[in-house]
Amino acid sequence: MAKYILKRIGLAVATLLLIIFVLFVLVRIMPGNPFPSERMSAEQIANKRAEMGLDDPILVQFGRYMVNLAHGDFGKGTSLYYGAPITTVLTTCIFNSFRIGGLAILMGTTVGLILGITAALNKGHFLDHFCTVFSILGVCVPGYVFLIFLQYFFSYKMSVFPYFFDASRFLYSSILPALSLSLFTMSTVARFTRNEMVEVMDSDYVHLAESKGMYGSKLVTRHILRNALIPIVTVLAPLVVDLLTGALVIEKIYGINGIGKLMVDAIAGEGVDYNYVLALGILYSALYIGIMLVVDLLYGVLDPRIRVSAKEGDA
Amino acid sequence: MAEMNEKAILQFQDLDISFRTNAGTVHAIRGVNLDLQRGETVAIVGESGSGKSVTVKACVGLLDANATVNSGKILYRYTDEKGAQQVVDLLTLPKRELRRTINGSKIAMVFQDPMTSLDPTMTIGKQIMEGILIHKKADKAAARARALELLELVGITDAERRMKAYPHQLSGGMRQRVVIAIALASDPEILICDEPTTALDVTIQARILELIKDVQKRLGISVIYITHDLGVVAKVADYVNVMYAGKIIEVGNVNEIFYEPKHPYTWGLLAAMPDLETDDDRLASIPGSPPNLLHEPVGDAFAARNAFALKIDEKAEPPMFKISDTHYAATWLLHPDAPKVEMPTELVARLERARKEAEKYL
Ligand SMILES: Nc1ncnc2c1ncn2[C@@H]1O[C@H](COP(=O)(O)OP(=O)(O)OP(=O)(O)O)[C@@H](O)[C@H]1O
Ligand SMILES: [Mg+2]
Repeated sequence: MAKYILKRIGLAVATLLLIIFVLFVLVRIMPGNPFPSERMSAEQIANKRAEMGLDDPILVQFGRYMVNLAHGDFGKGTSLYYGAPITTVLTTCIFNSFRIGGLAILMGTTVGLILGITAALNKGHFLDHFCTVFSILGVCVPGYVFLIFLQYFFSYKMSVFPYFFDASRFLYSSILPALSLSLFTMSTVARFTRNEMVEVMDSDYVHLAESKGMYGSKLVTRHILRNALIPIVTVLAPLVVDLLTGALVIEKIYGINGIGKLMVDAIAGEGVDYNYVLALGILYSALYIGIMLVVDLLYGVLDPRIRVSAKEGDA
Repeated sequence: MAEMNEKAILQFQDLDISFRTNAGTVHAIRGVNLDLQRGETVAIVGESGSGKSVTVKACVGLLDANATVNSGKILYRYTDEKGAQQVVDLLTLPKRELRRTINGSKIAMVFQDPMTSLDPTMTIGKQIMEGILIHKKADKAAARARALELLELVGITDAERRMKAYPHQLSGGMRQRVVIAIALASDPEILICDEPTTALDVTIQARILELIKDVQKRLGISVIYITHDLGVVAKVADYVNVMYAGKIIEVGNVNEIFYEPKHPYTWGLLAAMPDLETDDDRLASIPGSPPNLLHEPVGDAFAARNAFALKIDEKAEPPMFKISDTHYAATWLLHPDAPKVEMPTELVARLERARKEAEKYL
């Protein structure tokens, strides 16, 4: 098993390195200027390019970038936040996005699971229909529309929660954006859980379990949920990445200094900021690869069929 | 409580079940009567869709959600803690109560497809022990010992190691043995086998059949055995119920069904049974197909496929005519006024050969 895990991790790192290289090249052939060109003369730009080594052969640039990266240094912005190291700016943004995203994941999966389980156990009855309607709404209504709606009621009408994000009152001011962010995940998880459970509940092995006398919560936790969770983990993974990397519009509307907003600024600012775009691209990829790795390993825990074949693969 | 046959342990009385579907109501079970006596094996045979599975699912609380029991009873006789005889109608028990007191501990079930009837995420040892533990028949250590014993009983060698195996690591035949072990875990009095060998290779089929017979004899339990293979019936059953379109249309002991069948449908089933001397092209399956029970059949449901159908078959449903104390059949041919119709000669010859064959082994 340990060998299997190591192999997966090695593969993940290799994939990430390849992606970094591709991103590096792509960013450099992207249309647009890395500097706020309107405010700079041609000479200034030429100086700047030379200073940043942008005229060197691309492999040389890449080598330099990788050495810095190995020291945790993403360089500095070419057009954004002059002077501040990207690592510092990124840390603040990641911190905000991850905490709100994390809260959204927590709410989305727990509420989603509870809704889905309730619906499946009441298949064909009121709660089931309620859950279906909720999931359709949740998938169709964009999170930011829901956020505006929440702001109207809870901030404007009732003054329970603030209008905007305030890092000093973190939890309090994160509730509304996290809730809106979690809506899609909540609905997706609810719908999936419900469908998977209904399918598992009609399987031969659940009938066998029932025919030996299993019922109620023991039947649900030992036989139904465990089997239903396996496919749910797969849908959940990309959703988690989405939530962690922040939602562009929600961060904009609620004034959150997060990575979603940073990405927009880096591309649609005065210039296309090479280094920020690259840093964010690497961050997204690393997250995605990391989460897929976790999912793979989680599969092994949940599904003995995979666990054993991995073991056999070792031998 | 209701009237119940003195000797029966389980008795289906006029069971009537329908399913709500988008196309309308499917009247799948139309008045089934069936007796199971202690220590006996009763077979239910019939073509696909005749209602065999639905009938037995009704008594273990596994009917699909769209099913409605319109009428009838399933009486079960048991001895309570004080040693008194009790009779309960299983259809009136709430699900929870049924699972707690009947499923597994009194009536257990073996399903058709062993590839799908074990939980893929749980070791087989746990799946066997679970049944013992839920009925609080033993503590964990004792349940483990019992599980090992059961695995050996069903013919699994190396039981200690197999306990830790997951279902996908076992072959189909092995899995069905495990399913049987699970069914036997809480000492049921009745074992229901719903086509337990259909999904298996021919050679494995024979072994599983042997196992069920062996277990039945050793433990003295009662068995309901569902199959559409009459060859299997001859090997396991004491009594045979022939089912067609949601009804039992002929019932008798094995000899009566095999050597003196009275219902043309039973003739058809017997004629369709492969034997060593009939070549394939003479192997006649019953022409046509069973009626669609979305529409209530008028008269005898088998009439349209019956070469010996009478006029009355189109108007009135035949009652069960008594042939002997154990042998009944629902066909107008048995009415005193009906014309004399004999079994097709080809079938008579076949049954004669079968009888000789059987005598050789006596
Ligand atoms: N959930 C359901 N909804 C609608 N109709 C059903 C349902 N379950 C069973 N039926 C119908 O009831 C009838 C009897 O089905 P059943 O499964 O008992 O047949 P069977 O004799 O066991 O056949 P097989 O040999 O194929 O297992 C069939 O016509 C089937 O279509
Ligand atoms: Mg069936």
